[in-house]
Amino acid sequence: MKKQQDQVKVFTRRAFVIGGLQCAILGVLGGRLAWLQVAQGSRYKTLSEKNRINLKVIAPERGQIVDRFGVPLAVNAQNFRALIIPEQTDDIEKSLRTLQDTIEISEEDIQRVLKQAKKTARFVPIEIRDDLEWEDVAKVEVNLPDLPGLNIDVGERRSYPYGEATAHLIGYVAAVDKSEVGKDPLLSLPGFKIGKTGIEKRFDLDMRGQAGRAEVEVNVVGREVRELRKKESRHGKRVVLTIDGELQRFTQSRLAEQKSASAVIMDAHSGEVYAMASHPAFDPNIFTSGITAAQMLELDSNPAKPFVNKAVSGQYPPASTFKMITLLAGLSNRTFSSRHTVFCKGHFDLGRDRFHCWKRGGHGWVDARKAIQVSCDCYFYELALELGIDSIAEYAHMLGLGEKYGFELAEERAGLVPDRNWKLGQFGEKWQPGESVVAAIGQGYLQATPLQLAVMTSRLVNGGYAVKPWITGGDIWGNKPPEGGWPKLNLNSAHMKVVKDGMDRVVNTKNGTAVGSRIVEDEFAFGGKTGTGQVQRITMQQRMAGIKNEELKWKSRHHALFVGYAPMHKPKYVCSVVVEHGIGGSRTAAPIARDLLLEVQKRDPAKTPLHEPNDQVVQNKDKQKEQTAL
Amino acid sequence: MSSSISLQHEQSIFERLANLNWLLFLLITGIACVGFAALYSAAGGSLSPWASRQMARFGVAAFGMIIIAIIDIKWWYRLTWPLFFLGLFLLLVVEIMGHVGMGAQRWIDLGFIKLQPSELMKIVVVMALARYFHTATLEDMRRITFLVIPVMVIMAPVGLVLLQPDLGTSLMIIMAGAAMFFMAGASIWLYIGGAIAVAGMIPIAWHFMRDYQKQRVLTFLDPERDPLGAGYHITQSKIALGSGGLEGKGFLEGTQSRLNFLPEKQTDFIFTLWAEEFGLIGGVLLLSLFGLVFLYGLWISVRGRQNYMRYLALGLSVNFSLYVFINIAMVMGLIPVVGAPLPLISYGGTSMLAVMIGFGLMMSCSIHQYTKVSR
Repeated sequence: MKKQQDQVKVFTRRAFVIGGLQCAILGVLGGRLAWLQVAQGSRYKTLSEKNRINLKVIAPERGQIVDRFGVPLAVNAQNFRALIIPEQTDDIEKSLRTLQDTIEISEEDIQRVLKQAKKTARFVPIEIRDDLEWEDVAKVEVNLPDLPGLNIDVGERRSYPYGEATAHLIGYVAAVDKSEVGKDPLLSLPGFKIGKTGIEKRFDLDMRGQAGRAEVEVNVVGREVRELRKKESRHGKRVVLTIDGELQRFTQSRLAEQKSASAVIMDAHSGEVYAMASHPAFDPNIFTSGITAAQMLELDSNPAKPFVNKAVSGQYPPASTFKMITLLAGLSNRTFSSRHTVFCKGHFDLGRDRFHCWKRGGHGWVDARKAIQVSCDCYFYELALELGIDSIAEYAHMLGLGEKYGFELAEERAGLVPDRNWKLGQFGEKWQPGESVVAAIGQGYLQATPLQLAVMTSRLVNGGYAVKPWITGGDIWGNKPPEGGWPKLNLNSAHMKVVKDGMDRVVNTKNGTAVGSRIVEDEFAFGGKTGTGQVQRITMQQRMAGIKNEELKWKSRHHALFVGYAPMHKPKYVCSVVVEHGIGGSRTAAPIARDLLLEVQKRDPAKTPLHEPNDQVVQNKDKQKEQTAL
Repeated sequence: MSSSISLQHEQSIFERLANLNWLLFLLITGIACVGFAALYSAAGGSLSPWASRQMARFGVAAFGMIIIAIIDIKWWYRLTWPLFFLGLFLLLVVEIMGHVGMGAQRWIDLGFIKLQPSELMKIVVVMALARYFHTATLEDMRRITFLVIPVMVIMAPVGLVLLQPDLGTSLMIIMAGAAMFFMAGASIWLYIGGAIAVAGMIPIAWHFMRDYQKQRVLTFLDPERDPLGAGYHITQSKIALGSGGLEGKGFLEGTQSRLNFLPEKQTDFIFTLWAEEFGLIGGVLLLSLFGLVFLYGLWISVRGRQNYMRYLALGLSVNFSLYVFINIAMVMGLIPVVGAPLPLISYGGTSMLAVMIGFGLMMSCSIHQYTKVSR
């Protein structure tokens, strides 16, 4: 009995120990729950939201690029894509084969889709083909009942209606490089493209627009359950160019007759660029639809460098087109008067060095106007020797050489105007008088781009205003002209008239170097100056043997240059043409300039003010798109 | 031997029903209702596929529980050993079928229910130990030779369950058995020695563990080790619990479970779903309901007139609490993921059946507290 009572006592004590332990464990669990839910609650709430909500970036529509009349140069074409959603069909392959009977689908595409379908979640659409024709879309739509899982999706692809003609100017867009990925979430978006060159690059941020955002609730496998919030994307700004699209196209095709050439047409007074072309070019559309390795290799290995915009980044010795500057410097410094004459006997001797005039046998007595007209080298040799390089350089800078304008294309180069200090800094050597002689005719260290030559010519014929080139207007100004016009340069109008008289004569008088390209109709008549830039020094042997330049290898031939303006009596348009290794300015560059100046005068783009962008147009475009989508 | 307090006459069925522990029945039903609500939510606000079937099962199980409760405890006492060997036999059958048939199978398909012998074995081991210790004196309990048989009663099913392999169930049987030894008066030193032995066994056990078991332990020790793989369940469960906060996200509003971030939300992780939607308040409420059930078992046990009833009722209460502790500690990241259901709430037949049988026996102990089971 006693033992039994003891046993009950032990049991009861131990039973309560067990009960206490159970309650204690429950307490621990409750405490843990409170810790997780209250103390750590906010942390886990954040984690839970992160789990639940996916931020989706919505790509904005890229801004258009239009010419001065509002004609599109870069647009967003509709890109119809055929997609398949695996979960909507029982047999992907069957759907694909049926599709293959309907429209053209390559075997590789089918294999790629089948392979991808095994890897991704079944609700993720897989692209079968893009760039579908309207006809194909219609065919697919009709056959949709037999094509389970198939979807047609409208995407956007940058398209350049003018193709090659605007390749350098507009540039192109391509996929974002790893190094370019920054803060903008758009850049991480698959398939997103940004401007790589030209206007597309320069105004990329303006045209890009603002990303929209959608917060979508997703489940554990990433399927979207519903949209929680949405902020629409804002389409990018439209860029209006001063370019005349048709003139641009004309210019490009005119240059295409040469192996490698570039040209600029601009307004002598306002600085608007109407056309700017560089040949050879490439089709920028291949970058958006996917360039093949073979295409890339071909473009890359072309010695005429199709990717380089030579109009702004090609640097050439200005050659005889520089003579206006030397003359203007001489007249301004009163080194020579306009009536002063020099006797050209075909060469000019300085110490032991002999400098030849381009014309064997010489020009005889030459004054300022005639020196430009016949492009007499000896006249400028003598002038430069008395004038000195620093004066020449001063006027070269005044007329816009040797500097960048802050032009809208980042590819712009500065060229080179040498002087004493420059040589001392560059080579640690003193300037030699012989170098001034060479610089006087635009050779030696001198370098200028076609754009700079056009600016130089503009400043020579616009009454002496320091015009700078610009190419974008409207909402986005690149290089906006100052209020009240361009500043006046400190130039004597009488001297300027002498120079212009000489240039008028180049084209319009019997002995002028470009008389062969003359426009007979008085209203379209133009003036200008030829230039022939030496690539290699002409050796004594070549000179004695009388080897013609065209007999040399292409790479060794002279560059051909021409700067011109029109109409002759009241210049409005200016153009510069550089034909690489074109042998002679009067022979290859002047005829091109003639055609360009005639065309620009006929089209007369300056008559029409720059197209004003407004949202009305954009909205209309959107409406149009909706209609086509229906 | 005479006993001053003993009920002479046999109770009628109605008397037994009247003596049924209706408060316990109410508590159990309350917990089951929490389960129905949670399963309704787990299905995204739908009775099918889980809640409706669970209700039907609970109905059948509650009926079975009452039948077991009104059967005189002495019959259960007498049937203990046959039931024990039947349990062992079923475990063997499952083991052999598993080898012959389709891999690691833990159940016998009886058509209407998939019977998991290991679940039943948890109850039967408690019965067998209660029966064995019923006649034991305190002196017996200090004799090592006396304890050989009860140790074998525990180790035989544990060995078979381990072969399945089911570490969680094995440990539960051992822990329940240890509690039985304790309440019957086994020496404290046995536990201290046992603890030391277990500590020494850990490296050996580690060596014999299956890869997936090792993974579970490693993942438990550092859930972030593999956030997308094995640690994913624990991490997502903790996020679900934590984001519930004090008041919860609201019924049917649990994003973690609704969006399937929560694994096994209708079975092992159902507590997480409940606490995500009803917060700390709901969680503590459920824990309290469980606590009351434990205490009710303790109360039946200490009111027991004979050792068999005392040991059986408390053993069953301990067994039930082990389910609760293991499951909830697991979903809170306190112990490794072992794959144990939350009794009465998790969707599933066998665990429901097993705990309801347990409650039936517990009630039988209470109803027939004046019955003499032997001698």
